[in-house]
Amino acid sequence: MSFFGFGQTAEIDIVLNDAETRKKVEHKTEDGKKDKYFLFYDGETVSGKVNVTLKTPGKRLEHYGIKIEFVGQIELYYDRGNHHEFVSLVKDLARPGELSQSQTFDFEFTHVEKPYESYTGQNVKLRYFLRATISRRLNDISKEMDIVVQTLCTYPEINSSIKMEVGIEDCLHIEFEYNKSKYHLRDVIVGKIYFLLVRIKIKHMEIDIIKRETTGTGPSVYHENDTIAKYEIMDGAPVRGESIPIRLFLAGYEMTPTMRDINKKFSVRYYLNLVLIDEEERRYFKQQEITLWRKGDIVRRSMSQQATIAAQRYEGSNPEPTSAQAKEETD
Amino acid sequence: MSEATVADTRRLNSKPQDLTDAYGPPSNFLEIDVYDPQTIGVGRNRFTTYEVRMRTNLPIFKLKESVVRRRYSDFEWLKNELERDSKIVVPPLPGKALKRQLPFRGDEGIFEESFIEERRAGLEQFINRIAGHPLAQNERCLHMFLQDESIDRNYIPGKVRQ
Repeated sequence: MSFFGFGQTAEIDIVLNDAETRKKVEHKTEDGKKDKYFLFYDGETVSGKVNVTLKTPGKRLEHYGIKIEFVGQIELYYDRGNHHEFVSLVKDLARPGELSQSQTFDFEFTHVEKPYESYTGQNVKLRYFLRATISRRLNDISKEMDIVVQTLCTYPEINSSIKMEVGIEDCLHIEFEYNKSKYHLRDVIVGKIYFLLVRIKIKHMEIDIIKRETTGTGPSVYHENDTIAKYEIMDGAPVRGESIPIRLFLAGYEMTPTMRDINKKFSVRYYLNLVLIDEEERRYFKQQEITLWRKGDIVRRSMSQQATIAAQRYEGSNPEPTSAQAKEETD
Repeated sequence: MSEATVADTRRLNSKPQDLTDAYGPPSNFLEIDVYDPQTIGVGRNRFTTYEVRMRTNLPIFKLKESVVRRRYSDFEWLKNELERDSKIVVPPLPGKALKRQLPFRGDEGIFEESFIEERRAGLEQFINRIAGHPLAQNERCLHMFLQDESIDRNYIPGKVRQ
């Protein structure tokens, strides 16, 4: 802002040193739009240049200091005023003085800790950004540049299956099984539902993926449930002894890794909801939490290689066609 | 440890189904018909009864086949009992049709054929919805309604054991 054309103002531009090579990913903004941002991982260095361009050539820009910050913060939508910063780094670029011409400043935040993944949710937002500020007497000039951080995991050492018998006494007994308890975001949920007792008239069965975002603590805890997926796995009435297979590909759904108690501010958890619906539209359901994690993009095998591996698994099974497919011994 | 990049999507092992289970009668057989409306009595003391026939193989019901005669007020009694004692949301009954009971109507009022048919269908839907509900199936009032000759309104409410 300049008074009646007097005074000088400037434009700030932040450019990363590896802007050409660094990968960009899509990330949802608060109003639902999708934008692309530079992707960073924990421990990576964030370095670049701050370009300060004077608007009116010839005039000097007086300032009380120029700095750049790297900030990681959590913002609860119902409490906008309070930003909870869990990462806050500052680099001074220029001492108080004046700029007589446009100038470029180098900066580097070495091996920055980025402990959490960027998340834009229904009631909470976790974001990382660079903010360059020119402090002035009346009003500062600043520019923010958001980046996206993803947290990667490797295959969990222990990944037991989920197997349980549930039901309503004397009416419906089922045994459900999911092959793992921890799935990566492009994984496949393989499972089965085995009917032990069916005294109700079932019309169909589906499996839903529910995302639950929890914000707040103590008495003011708030859960926001969102059904990410609904997938029908059975149409018709089963009888005792029948096994219904489940094969649900997660790559088709927009999900984040499971986030537990992030900085004691929020959680994002995922549940599989098995729902049976009877002839009178009554719903019987069983919810089970699963852990989602993000797998790093390691060297991908070619499509033909992947197809060969998959085919070998299926062909290697019992040549006698039976109702149950035997699982091949793993190499 | 080699990391598999191709997910294993083969089905999980499952027990082969016993053929008696596969091709035998299902364990959820329950059919209730409400039919044969008969108007009994004369003049202003007339009322309509319906035959309620149940066929089932659910072990909770003592009789696998039963036939009783019930009137609209019996259904109302059952609805009230269930609303009080069971935890279910009791489905609605077809209307009471009080207007049809007023005099000086052009038609037969509540003994009009089309009305009786409408009511019959509604009662059939009502009783089937309740009898199939796992949380209402063990109510004594329901068993008395479906399988006892007549309804004893001084009965002791409670649950039927399997």
